[in-house]
Formats: sequence, structure tokens, C-alpha cells
Amino acid sequence: MYKYDSYDQQMVDTRVAEFRDQVRRRLSGDLTEEQFRPLRLQNGLYLQLHAYMLRVAVPYGTLNSAQMKVLGDIADKYDRGYGHFTTRQNIQYNWIKLEDTPDILADLAAVEMHAIQTSGNCIRNISSDQYAGAAADEIVDPRPYAELLRQWSSFHPEFLTLPRKFKIAVIASETDRAAMRLHDIGIKMVKNAAGEIGAQFYVGGGMGRTPMIGPMIKEFVPLDHLITYSEACLRVYNRYGRRDNKYKARIKILVHELGKDEYTRQVEEELAHLLTMGIEPPIAELERIKQYFTDPAFEADASDDLDLSDPDFRLWVERNTHAHKQAGYVIANVSLKPVGGIPGDATADQIRLMAQLAKDYSFDELRVTHAQNIVFPHVKKADLYTLWKALDEAGIGTANLDTVGDIIACPGLDYCSLANARSIPVAQKISERFGSSEKQAEIGELKLKISGCINACGHHHAGHIGILGVDKKGVENYQLLLGGCEGADTSLGKITGPGFDENGIVDAVEKATEVYLSNKQDGERFLDTYRRIGMDPFKEAIYG
Amino acid sequence: MKILTGNDLKTGAVTWWTGVGWSLDVNDATDVGDEGAKIIAREEGAQNVFAAYVIDGEKTSEGVRPAHIKDRIRALGPTVRPDLTLKPSDPEAVNWVI
Repeated sequence: MYKYDSYDQQMVDTRVAEFRDQVRRRLSGDLTEEQFRPLRLQNGLYLQLHAYMLRVAVPYGTLNSAQMKVLGDIADKYDRGYGHFTTRQNIQYNWIKLEDTPDILADLAAVEMHAIQTSGNCIRNISSDQYAGAAADEIVDPRPYAELLRQWSSFHPEFLTLPRKFKIAVIASETDRAAMRLHDIGIKMVKNAAGEIGAQFYVGGGMGRTPMIGPMIKEFVPLDHLITYSEACLRVYNRYGRRDNKYKARIKILVHELGKDEYTRQVEEELAHLLTMGIEPPIAELERIKQYFTDPAFEADASDDLDLSDPDFRLWVERNTHAHKQAGYVIANVSLKPVGGIPGDATADQIRLMAQLAKDYSFDELRVTHAQNIVFPHVKKADLYTLWKALDEAGIGTANLDTVGDIIACPGLDYCSLANARSIPVAQKISERFGSSEKQAEIGELKLKISGCINACGHHHAGHIGILGVDKKGVENYQLLLGGCEGADTSLGKITGPGFDENGIVDAVEKATEVYLSNKQDGERFLDTYRRIGMDPFKEAIYG
Repeated sequence: MKILTGNDLKTGAVTWWTGVGWSLDVNDATDVGDEGAKIIAREEGAQNVFAAYVIDGEKTSEGVRPAHIKDRIRALGPTVRPDLTLKPSDPEAVNWVI
């Protein structure tokens, strides 16, 4: 994985020193909260419901074991013994003290991490496919391109005060595992007829209060225009994005209001101008970055055999592992969704255990997924049982990936100052209702996503079943959505009808699954059945 | 009653105006009447608290109860982690929020 050069390290170290001084001035009273607020937000420090919250960036979700260990140590030393992995492939700490923050950032900088641009109207952490570099179906590893974009977007002086926040995802497979078309810019690395690698650009997607699927605006951008084209997209947005209304300030609104064709025309015009300025980094820089993403030293003759005599292990292998490009290896997913647990939370001990297991069994690498799980990308099949046993003993060996138990949920009103309703208790109740592995097996793939407000951090628009918590005259109320999907066939969920209370929404989810089970045809997932039979049978069962 | 809440500058902890200072316990909150804005200006100016605001609440037999669920969760702690609330030994405390 990428290693900081002296420029990267100097930038991060300088920022730590700068923020240390800003915190000192805040605590001494030299800075008011009004003056300090934008400074702390630029360093990922929010004020949430109970305390300060620190969001730490995990670029394209990739971590090494030393970094993961430090994340666990921070949870112990500065927080309350746990961290929360987020739908942006980051980690958040919920109980941070202001006076500790500079030391935390220094600890992070020591392992080439930071919290810069995890808040504010700038380009946020770039997300990617959690199976990058390991999946058999990718045409190229997307991470070098994501890293180049990270370097371009970090401290980019023109894009630190955009009309609104800006999120970019990069993938390189037909299977979209990063919700690419629900980003401000989604980039899909593709191969053209001549066999050259380039970037396909989708612009103006997003969730939030106005969900939109990003349209493709450019089929093939050559690699030597990747940054320049990105710059052109951002420049048009920065110039014309709505700054007068924060609810209409995302790029999706601009693309929608201008129309895809006019927005694209303006991007091309800007591109032509930018090409005269020579801002594209030399292709040698991309080649330099690529050197950090070469394959680990796989054993060429690693055995493909797996002893599946332990039924619990067999179930976990079936549910939580994914084919690897290298024979004898698998991609192993750790579900942070034990039955009745808090989605995305992991204790300091669990985090450190995963760090050690990555060191021992996954070439020192881990990934954070936007579904709030952890991935060991390169595990030798011969090591898989030992790995799973260690996870299971630590309470994170649950076999439920992509099932109804693998719920995405935002922190909701239990932690978030923007939320209108609690998400986690609903997730826990659904997880318990569908806790049996037999029930999960019967239902199969079902992506359930819960947000505690319209900002949609829990991706409810993209859930096969989505739940949106709202405030109805001071009482929590939950709307049910069906038919969302974030993959290659991205679709937005539709609201079934009137909302429910906390227990009612769990019953409604169960009724929806019963409609699926009584109507499904061979090989159909919940989503497939919904798309075939439509909303009416579900509404009838839920409200009838 | 009108009660005044904010966050402690160093820790970010939720605090409640008692009439003479700030407390972590909502039951210490006092009715500030129409004085909220004046107290906020003075206390924020003195760096004793930040992000302060006035909310509605009522005095009940169980103590002071903020009117809105968001402030009740602020007062108690996350309902999904009873061990991290202000009443870790009372598993029923989360029912007070709802």
C-alpha cells in the first residue's frame, strides 16, 4: 500500500502542529467558538450529541496493521474503548476531549494517517472497492488512481470552500461494490477497444434529501487527462453550484438543473482551457504510485483445499468469503454486525486483534467497507480456519454478510446532532428478529439500510429495504422504502406509505420478507422479486 | 420551564445551568425564565461553556425532563449503550428517554 513521501509526512506533521496551537488558543480564550469551529472541522473534529467526535480518514478504506493497531489504541487511550466504522470507510470516535485532540492527531500522523478533509465543504475521503487488488473481476487495481486523486484533492486551494461537501468513488470492476453512481463523482476504470486503461466519469449522483443516480458524462478519459478532467468537473461546479441554499448546493442539483448535456459541454470547455495550462501530473507520478500497490508475495502453489467439517466455519466461509484472483487465497469479510449488536462498532481489543490477524494472515492489509465491515483481502485458504476461530472467539465471527442481519445503520439520534430518530435500536431489533442463520439462509441476499435523518448517512435510498427515521411532532417515526440498490443496476428505493413506530417498522420488514418468500422464483433475490412483482403486493401485506 | 444547556469546552460533555454554575446532571437544571440569552452571553464569554441554547422542559416527580427526545438523549447518554449513560447501574433508565 501507499507510503508517505517526505512531502506527505511534512504536510500532515505541520497540520498537527498548527492544530495544536489552535487548540491552545481556543482553551486559553484567544479564539471564540465561532472562530474555532471551522478550524476544528477542517481537522475532523465535530461536536455531536454527547461530546466532541473525531472522524479519521481511511483513504479508499485501506489500512495496514500498524495503522489499525493505532486506531485500537486511540479507542482505549482517548475514548471509551471502542470506535465506529462508517459508511465512508472511515472511523469515528464519539467521546473525544478537545485537549487530547492534538495528541491523537500526532499518534495518527506517526502511522501516516490524519483527519484532514473529513468534514467541511471540500473533497472528502475518496472511497473505493474494498476488494481492490484482490478481486478476480477487476480490470486493474483502482487504488493507484484513488491515491493520485487523494493527492490532487488534499489541500487543493481552489476546492477547500466548495458550495457543499464533495465525495468521489473509484472502482475498476463491473461489479460495483462502492455505490459509485451515488457519489458526486463516480469513476469507473475501464479498458477501451485498443486495450488502454482510462476512466469513465459519472457525475451528479448522491443520496441525502434529493437522491439521484449519477449519469455517465464521459465514456473514456485517458489516464493522462484524469486529474485535468476531474479539475474541470470541479471547476464548473465551484463556479455555478448553488451557494445560496445549502439544500440545493450539491453538484447533483447543478447537473440536474443544467441538464447532463449542458453540464458536460461546460466541462469540456473548461477541460480545453485547463489543457493549455499543463496541470496534469506526469504519468511517471502515477507509475511511482503504482509501485506501492503491487501484489504481495503470494505462494504460487498454495492449496485450494479447505476443511469444512466444522459446520459453523462452513457457514462463515459460504457467507463471508469472496473469490480471490490468486488460487489458494480468499477474501475474508469480518461482519461487525453480531446479532443484536451496534452496526460498525468494534472494541479496542477487537480492532487490535484484527490488526494482528492482518499481520499474521493477510500480508499486513485490511480494508474498511462502506457497509461498515472489515476485510482481510489476501488470506491463504490454509490459514482461514485459524483466522475465523480467532475472530469468532472475539465475537466478530458472525456469518451474515449481505444478509438481513448485515445492516448498515448511521449513528442516528443516539449520537448524532443532526438525526431525527434513532437508527441503532431499530437495527438491533431487526437483527434479533432475523437472528437465526436458517432464517437468513432462507431469505438470502437482502441489503437493509437505516438512516436516522434525511441526510442518508445510512444509505437508506440504496437498500433493498431502506428505513428512514423522521421526527413526527417530537416522536420517532420510521418510513419504509423498497427497491433500492447500489450496484451496477443502481436504483432508488420507493416509500411504501405511512410510517411506523419502532416496533411497527420491525413488523413491516418481516411482512416484506414474507411477501418475498411467498413470491420468489428460482434464484431470485429479494430485490429481483420486488422488481418483478412491484410495490403493490408488499403494500397490501404491510398495510392491508 | 426554560432550561439552559451547553457543552463543556474541554470535554464537550453536555452540561446544564444550575443557577450558579454548570452540572452534568439534568436534574440540577434550573428555570432560567427569560434570562437564557443573557446567561449564555456571559457564560460563553467567560469560556465556561459553548454551543449553549435554551430548551423547554418540565419538572416531574422523577426530576427535570427536557421536552424533546433529542435533549433527553443528551441528558442521559446513548440509549444503546446503557453502560455509558449517566445511570449505568439502572438498565431501565433508557425508558425515561422514550
